[in-house]
This record gives sequence, C-alpha cells and structure tokens, in this order.
Amino acid sequence: MDLLPVALTIITASTPLLLAATGELVTEKAGVLNLGVEGMMLIGAIAAFAAAVSTGSGLIAILVGAFSGVAVAAIFAVLTLTCLANQVATGLALTIFGVGLSALVGSNFVGISLEPLPQLNIGGLSTIPILGDLLFGHDVLVYLSFIMILLVGYFLSKTRSGLILRAVGESHDSAHALGYSVLTVRYLAVLFGGFMSGLAGSYLSLVYTPLWAENMTAGRGWIALALVVFGTWRAGRIAFGAYLFGAITILQLHVQGWGINIASQFMTMLPYLATVIVLVFISSDKRKIRINAPQSIGKVFYPPR
Amino acid sequence: MSQNKAKSKIGQLDGLELTPLLKLSGITKSFPGILANDTIDLTVKQGEIHALLGENGAGKSTLVKIIYGLLKPDAGTFEWEESVLSLSNPAQARALGIGMVFQHFSLFEALTVCENIAIADDQKLNLKTVAVRIKEVSNRYGLPIDPDRYVHSLSVGEKQRIEILRCLLQRPKLLILDEPTSVLTPQEASNLFVTLENLASSGCAILYISHKLEEVRSLCGTATILRNGAVVATCNPKLETAKTMAELMIGVKLHNIKRSEKLENHDNRLQINKLNLKSNDPFGMDLKNISFDIQEGEVLGIAGVAGNGQTELMAALSGEVVQNDSHDNITFDHVCVSGMGVAERRAMGASFVPEERYGHAAIKEMSLKDNALLTTSQKINLVKKGFLQSNEICDLTQKIISDFDVRTTGLEMETGNLSGGNLQKFILGREILQNPRILIVSQPTWGVDAGAAVFLRKSLLDLAARGCAILIISQDLDEIFEICDRIAVLYQGTLSPSITRESASVHQIGLLMGGKTGE
Amino acid sequence: MSQSFRFFPKFVLEPRLEVSGQWMILSPIIAIILTLFSGIIIFSLLGKDPFLALYTFFVQPLTTMFGITELLVKGTPLVLIGVGLAIGFKANVWNIGAEGQFTMGAVFGGGTALLCQHMESILVLPLVLVLGTLGGILWGAIPAFLKTRFNANEILTSLMLSYVAVLWLSYLVHGPWRDPAGFNFPESQLFSDYAMLPILIENSRLNLGAFFAILVVLAAWILMARTIIGFQLRVVGLAPRAAHYAGFKQSGLIWLSFLISGGLAGLAGIAEVSGTIGQLLPSVSPGYGFTAIIVAFLGRLHPVGVLFAGLIMALSYIGGENAQIEIGLPAAVTGLFQGILLFFLLACDVLVRYRFSHRSVLIGERCE
Repeated sequence: MDLLPVALTIITASTPLLLAATGELVTEKAGVLNLGVEGMMLIGAIAAFAAAVSTGSGLIAILVGAFSGVAVAAIFAVLTLTCLANQVATGLALTIFGVGLSALVGSNFVGISLEPLPQLNIGGLSTIPILGDLLFGHDVLVYLSFIMILLVGYFLSKTRSGLILRAVGESHDSAHALGYSVLTVRYLAVLFGGFMSGLAGSYLSLVYTPLWAENMTAGRGWIALALVVFGTWRAGRIAFGAYLFGAITILQLHVQGWGINIASQFMTMLPYLATVIVLVFISSDKRKIRINAPQSIGKVFYPPR
Repeated sequence: MSQNKAKSKIGQLDGLELTPLLKLSGITKSFPGILANDTIDLTVKQGEIHALLGENGAGKSTLVKIIYGLLKPDAGTFEWEESVLSLSNPAQARALGIGMVFQHFSLFEALTVCENIAIADDQKLNLKTVAVRIKEVSNRYGLPIDPDRYVHSLSVGEKQRIEILRCLLQRPKLLILDEPTSVLTPQEASNLFVTLENLASSGCAILYISHKLEEVRSLCGTATILRNGAVVATCNPKLETAKTMAELMIGVKLHNIKRSEKLENHDNRLQINKLNLKSNDPFGMDLKNISFDIQEGEVLGIAGVAGNGQTELMAALSGEVVQNDSHDNITFDHVCVSGMGVAERRAMGASFVPEERYGHAAIKEMSLKDNALLTTSQKINLVKKGFLQSNEICDLTQKIISDFDVRTTGLEMETGNLSGGNLQKFILGREILQNPRILIVSQPTWGVDAGAAVFLRKSLLDLAARGCAILIISQDLDEIFEICDRIAVLYQGTLSPSITRESASVHQIGLLMGGKTGE
Repeated sequence: MSQSFRFFPKFVLEPRLEVSGQWMILSPIIAIILTLFSGIIIFSLLGKDPFLALYTFFVQPLTTMFGITELLVKGTPLVLIGVGLAIGFKANVWNIGAEGQFTMGAVFGGGTALLCQHMESILVLPLVLVLGTLGGILWGAIPAFLKTRFNANEILTSLMLSYVAVLWLSYLVHGPWRDPAGFNFPESQLFSDYAMLPILIENSRLNLGAFFAILVVLAAWILMARTIIGFQLRVVGLAPRAAHYAGFKQSGLIWLSFLISGGLAGLAGIAEVSGTIGQLLPSVSPGYGFTAIIVAFLGRLHPVGVLFAGLIMALSYIGGENAQIEIGLPAAVTGLFQGILLFFLLACDVLVRYRFSHRSVLIGERCE
C-alpha cells in the first residue's frame, strides 16, 4: 500500500480545516465566539472562484477570497461588539447569510471548471524522496497554513501583543481597567478570523475541488469550530486535530479503493460522527476546559463611560 | 465649596509649604438614575496620606475612576501639578504618575504574576526585565512575591501585593487605594500601613479610600468626606473621633443595636461533623475536617478573609454541592441532610443567602415578583398542580417589600434597578419571611449603605430571638463582633474552634484569620 | 492661566433602566422594513424591476385563496419548530439540529407508514404521527445526553447530527426503502391514504397539521407564562447558578428543552411528509430547521410572536418560489433575505436594552 499519496491527500483535506481553525483560535482567545465560520468560508469560496474565473489570476483570487471573509466578519464584529448583540445568534445569522449570499452569487458560476492552483515546488527540495513531496511539493495555501499556525502559536504565547489579546479574552473588565481597548483588540481578532476563513474557503474552490457548488463547505466550518474546543485553544493541538479530521474525511475515498463495501452515505457521515465523539471526549474533562478556555468568551462587553 | 487648608504635619515632609499635586474642582458625573458625583472639590498634596471617606454608594469609587482616567466627568476641571488636563484613558494617568490599586482586582487568573505585571507596564519591557524589576521593588518595599507563579494559586493578600507592585513599578507620584484592607487580616493591614508610610515619606502622595474609621485615624493626615455624591466636610482624622466622622459620613446620629437576651435552650439545631470536601473549582479551596454546631436562637459568626473556603462551605451547607459518598456529617434538627439537595434542605426549614447577589441569590433581569418565587416555589399556596398562583405570589412580594422597607417603584420592577441595600433587604426578607429554623447567610451587609446594614443586622437578631439558628459568614469583623454570640475563623479550608464573643478580641481573631494561633 | 472650553455633543449607548417593551415590538417591524429596502436594492442589482419584484414576492401570493392556504401550509412546520426552539433558547439551550430532528421525524413516521402500507385502519395515522414525533424526540435526546453527561456543546453536537440524519435518509431512499416500482428514482412508495393527514380545504394542500400548530402555540403560551416549569426554564436560561440555588434541576430542564424542541421538529417532519409530500424523498426540508431559528428570534421567543413570525417567513418561501416562476429570480434570493432579516433584527434589538444618550462633555485644554 503506497502511503505517500494517501498522506498527500490528508494534507489537502486538512488544510481548509487548519486555516479556518487558526482564525477562529485567535478570535476565541480574544473572548469572541464566532459561529459564522461556515458562512465566511462559503463567501470566501465563491468570491475566490468568481475572481479566478473573471481574472484568471490565482493570486487575485486568493486575495479576493480572503478579504471577502474579512468583509462579512466585519458585519459580525459591528453587530456583536458595537451593537452588543448576542454572539451565538449573530454567528448563526452570519452562517445563514453566508449560505444565502454565496448561493445567489454562485448561481451564475455553477458548472464552470477551473485550472487548479499550481504547485509551488520550492527550489529542488521537492525532489527529495518521500519527504520532498510531503513537505515541499504543495501549493501556496498549504504552505501558508503551516506558517500561520506556527506564527499564531508564537504570537499568542511569546509576544506582548499576544499577551494583551489573551488578557482581553480572560477578563475584559480587567483589561479595560488597565486601559487597553478591548474593542480594538476584538475587532482585529474577528477580522483576522474572517481573513483565515476566507482563505479556507478559497482553498476549497480553487484547489480542493476547483469548481463551485452550493454549500460546498459541507459543514467544515462547524468542524473547525469543534477543532478549537478539541485542541483546548492551543495551537499545537489544533493542528493535530485538523490533520486527524482531514484523515477521517479522506478515508471515505480510499476505503472504496480498498474494496470495502459500505454505502457511501455512511462514509460521508464519518467526519460528523467523529466530531461528536471528539467533542464529548474533550468536553467531559471539565477541569481542562476551565483552565484553558478564555473566561470571557461569549460575554458581552459593555464599558462604563 | 471652600477648601479647608489644614496643614497636617504627621507623616509628611516637615515644615515645607507643599504644592498641591492634584486639584479637582466642581467634578460632576451622573449615570442613568444616579448623580454619582456632585460638584466635588478635592486637593491632594505631595507626600500626603489623604483619606476619602464615605459609606457605600457615596461616590468614592466613581471619583477615583475619574482621577485614573477610566471615566470622563460630565463637568469640572482636573488639575495636575497646576496644569488643567483632560484624561482619556488610564495610560495617560499612569504617564502623569498616578497609580491605582483596585478594590476588585483587575488581575488575570490564568496568567503568571510576571505576565500580570508586564501587561500593566507602559514601558513595554520584555518579561525577563520585568521579573528582575519585580524582585527589586518587592524587596525594597517588603512585598515578597514569586514572579513565576500563576495568579489563581495565590492568596487574596498576595494578589493585592501584585496590584500594588504594578503601581510601584511605575514610580508613582500619587497612589490611589480603593478599600485595600477589606480583604486583609488586621496584621496584614498593619504591614500595609508600614509600606504606605514609607512611600509617603519618600514624597509619594496617597489617596486612601475607606469606610473603616479607626484605620483612617491611625494612618491618614487629611480626610475628605463624601455623602450622597457631594463633599460634606474635610478634616484631620487624627484630631477627630471615629464617632464624629461617622456622623458626618452618614448624616444622622447612630444608635447601637441592642442584643436581646439569648434563649436558654440548648437544643442543637445545626450540626456539622468532620466535613471534608474537595472543591469543584480548580482554583478553589478544599474544606478540611470542619466541625461546629449552632443552637436554637444562637448566632455563630465565621470570620475570615475571602478565598479561604467560604464559598465552598456555603455550597456544602446549602446543598448546592452534595457529597458523593454516604457521609452523615451535616444534620439539621438531628436529621442527616448530607445526601440532600437544596430543595430538600429548604423543605426541612433551612434558608440560605449566598454571597453573590446577582446571578445567584437573585436574577437581575427578572421582576421582583419573579425573584420572590425563586426560593419559595415549593410552598403549596404559591404553586398548585404546576400552575403559578399569581395573586398569592403578588401578596408575598408585597409583604417582603413592606416588611423589609425595600424602596422600589413596584412589583414588576426589574430587580437590576434596585440599589445594593434594597436588593439585600429584599433577598434577606424573602428568606426570613419563610420562617426558617436555620438561616445561613454569607456577607450579609457587604456593599450595603449604613442605614440598610443596621436594618439587616437588626432583622437577623430578631429572627434569632424567635429561635432560629443563624450562621453568618463575613469578612467584616465589626459586624461579627456586633451581632454574633460565638465566633470561629475559617483559614485555608480549616475552621478554628469557636469562642464566645465576650472572650474574643479583634487581635486574636485577626491572628487566626492570618493563620497564626496564639501570640 | 487661560482656559478654553468646548461643548462637544457625543452619542453613547447607555443601558436602559427597564427593558423597553415598545422596542421589543418595534424592532422586528423596523427590521422587516429595512429588509424590504435591501430587497429593492438587490432586485435592482439583479436587473429586475424592484417594485414588481417586491409585489411578486410579498403581495401576490396573498391575493389568491390558494396562496393563503399555501402560506399556512408552509407556515405549519416553521411555527411548530419555531415554538420548540423558542422554548429552548429561553432556557439557553441552543438546539441547532432541528433540521436533523425534522428529518428523523419524517424517517420514523414515514417508515411506520410504509410498514402499514396495506393496513386499512383509522389507527394508522395517529400511530404514524406519534412515531414521527418520537423520532424527533430520540434524535434530540442525543445532544441532551451529551450535554448533561459530558458537558459537550449542544450547538455543535446537534448540528453534526443534522448532517448525519440527512445522510441516513438519503441512504434509506436510495437503498432499502426505495420504491421498487419507481423507475430507480430515490424515493419511497407513496403513502396510503390512511397514513395521510386529512386536507382541511378542498383544492388546497392545507391539512390538519396547521391545526396542530395552533394548538401547540396555545399550549406553549400557557406553559411558559403560567406554569412552574415555564418559570424554571426562564430562570435556568438567565442564571444557571440561581436555578441551582433555587433547587431547580438544570439537567432535567435541558432534557425537557431538547425533548420538546426535538419532538415538535419531529412532528413537523412527519406532518410535512404525510401531509404535504406524501412519500419519503432524499430531501424533505428546504431548510426549515434553520429558518425556524430566525422565526424564533423574530417572534421574540414568545409562542404568539412565533406564530406571526412563522407566517411572515412562510411568505418569504412562497414569494421566493413565486418570483422564481414569474420573473426568473434565482431561488437563492430567499435564503439571502432571511439572513439579512436576521442581521437587521439583531442590530435593532440593541435598542431594546440600550438607548442612545446625548451628552455634553466639557473639554478643557492643556495650558502652560
């Protein structure tokens, strides 16, 4: 059994999850729960696809996808941070809006096919057997996903700005009393989350399956949310979780190749069931959750004037 | 209002005419429904230890938040070193040299001491440099602390040290402390005073907010007294008596509460025997071997600084936390209740008033009528066959409001709009009107204005006179000495043996609160 | 020492002393109006005459008797699910998996109908309805169990289970339950008349399901306003610690919320399948489970409000279909409208708890 192609497909399947979860990690660490990841990913996907079809440039498409994510995240930010709306309801609204808007814009793009993004073979490194392909023979978004999770992990634990962001997520009242602008930190965190979700969506429509279909994220945004909890808000564990889920998602394709005969619907169910199991497993450790979860998550911040 | 330019010499640089450091004129600030500060004038000089006195709700916290740049005044001027300024945020205040130690710590539990101090540091030093400076300053001022410990693992006194260190690292010219000794034992408070006097003699001015008059008399050279948001007097505490200052603070002559004769019955109403309980909260305190009993008509006070197991003890007694294994260490009226939940213990005639008012004892988004039903829903006249009996509930709510002097605009009023004192009167009234045989109440008059506090304490004594066994858990030693028959101290989850009030002294109890027994 | 002062007017959001009852009702109305304005803009961008489009979308469906019965037909599942969700949301239990519970209701009830295909008894219909409701209850019981026993976030678990339920239905109609005489289309046999909900008005699709919806609204109203259970649900939603202190069993209330909302979603599912559709198909819901979330919020989480909100949202579905046929508007416009409506509603809702206050701030300037 040739493991290398399998490993490559795992990386491809995991990348959108990793990108989205990285963004949501930063958002939640700042104390904001954004359930709209699915909606932001879909907007990113259609925006990137539309841009790619219109301009033919991969770079422009990626940027358009990412910044579309930022734009819808901005709506969420204004509603929850300035209009003080309930974060859970607003996140759901963002998802419903994202599904609707992407379907509308996408209705013009159904059935169009696209050249996938080119592989970036870094120098001659990709010719190293096995490791070369595994680590160096990918497209730019995969590299970006590696870099971003490392950067975010470093940012949160070692830098002063990361410390401030964590403090805002721990206790927004204390951070405010110390004179930090809770709102600025949270706006930036939410917009970053939107950027990353937009990138994740772009990856889906530009690389993973270079086409547009309504609801093509198929719940990946929700899985990314579960990953942040599963990883107890730690960058390293989230990366592990993303690859685990990528593996589960891709399993269904390979299983059919291995001659195992199960109805396709059951294989498609696997990632969702796995998400439930994983959530149950990690949530039942209340102590771990209490220590790692940002304490002010989901709470509305109203600063005394 | 003219400034009283009394020059107080104790604790200040001798003989010098000192320039005013801070001068507030006509500061006014209002919030929805309240005028918190009403044209306040305040002058603080270099090296002065200046008390800001007033009872709860007088406007002290609001005023210092304005000084620290957390709030903007609606009117008035702020002069620092003779320049008129307008502060938009605490960073500007810190740049001027103003430091503030909050009453409710603004600390981050999940971060280390060093991270907590670094985040308050405007010079943006890296963590290693901060750790070095922490050691330097803490040695100089006698405030020992380990920079790498996580804040959640520290005692309340140690947490306060972090707050103070944060300020001292900025080399302040004015240090504001908001009710610092409310979380300290008497001995820790004395140590704090030594630190503050050191600071003052090196030129730092101190603005000391308190309602504890004896402390203020021993520490401060000047006092500004606020009442209902306005300045009513400035004086030299060392020349005044506690009684005269108290009367200025409250505005009326004080009466002492008369303690009626205790019942001679020796029936054990509440008995706790070797209670051991691990805390659910990873940042909490485990209870170890707690034993005590309370007789019919008796009031037992458990003193102790917050964080020593009070919350856990309250939850264990009320039944909000039930022990897993079958133990029989808690008995009400000789019946073992260890395995019972809250509702069942209430059915046995016990009532509970936890420390947290909003979100626990009462719900601020609900009306008074709904809150009245919160702990009374088992009463047969209020709920019949699952249906709410609206008239009876209204009658009950009305009775609580009338009997307990709750100032409110009506039964449907949202409870969040009640003042602290009125809310506590309502909560305690709700419990007392159920005629409990046992009442357990935590921090009964914390944050409550003096008039309401007197009323509440009197209500508790009346209830005891009717035969109820009462347990009071409180940080306020004055309160404990005023109304309790016996006193015990909770420290690190362990309870000291109880002693009668007559044979106890503040000094002795203070030692026990700090964990030291004997002289 | 010179000083200059400026009076600077500033608008800030300030909490109200009391929740504004007036704004509770105004907020959804204003949100709807703003959504209509957005509609005008969107229709113009799509190259359609905006006012014709608005008419086709929102007014034309109501001009015929058939249109009005369709409104009630589409409104039935929305109201049934919406009432259940509203009760849950009030208790801070976020059942986002109503779509899955709806599907399972269709599966259980539909499966029963298929089993009883050749039975001729008036008991078939009640049996089908009960089992359908049970299907929803069972599917809702899973996230309830996972939350109370393992502290697992119910939003994620109930949602994941939605995907699983829809896939399960797909498997059934593609496989074991496929109609052998159906030309290989993935659909089940048509249900017998004994398993179908009776039609209330001739030449329409309005069936007994609408009647159930009204009953449920009344029952929920009484439950929430007048019973101790309703009180407990409200308390646990506002302050779980206070609920614990009051002696209310939080896990029991979580279970109850899921059982009610799951059961109602299941009932909606079987009512749709045995009232309107008449068989099992790979997709039995155009997203009712999600739209019902909007219905619950639009209805201010109050059963009577949900009734009105359900009818308004039903109009958006029918209008969408109508506009698709009449003026060629893409079907996805409906979903977009629904999302926009919820956004505006959330924005307007801020004025229920806060108000704009106008303050004059005195600014002094630094002088040397």
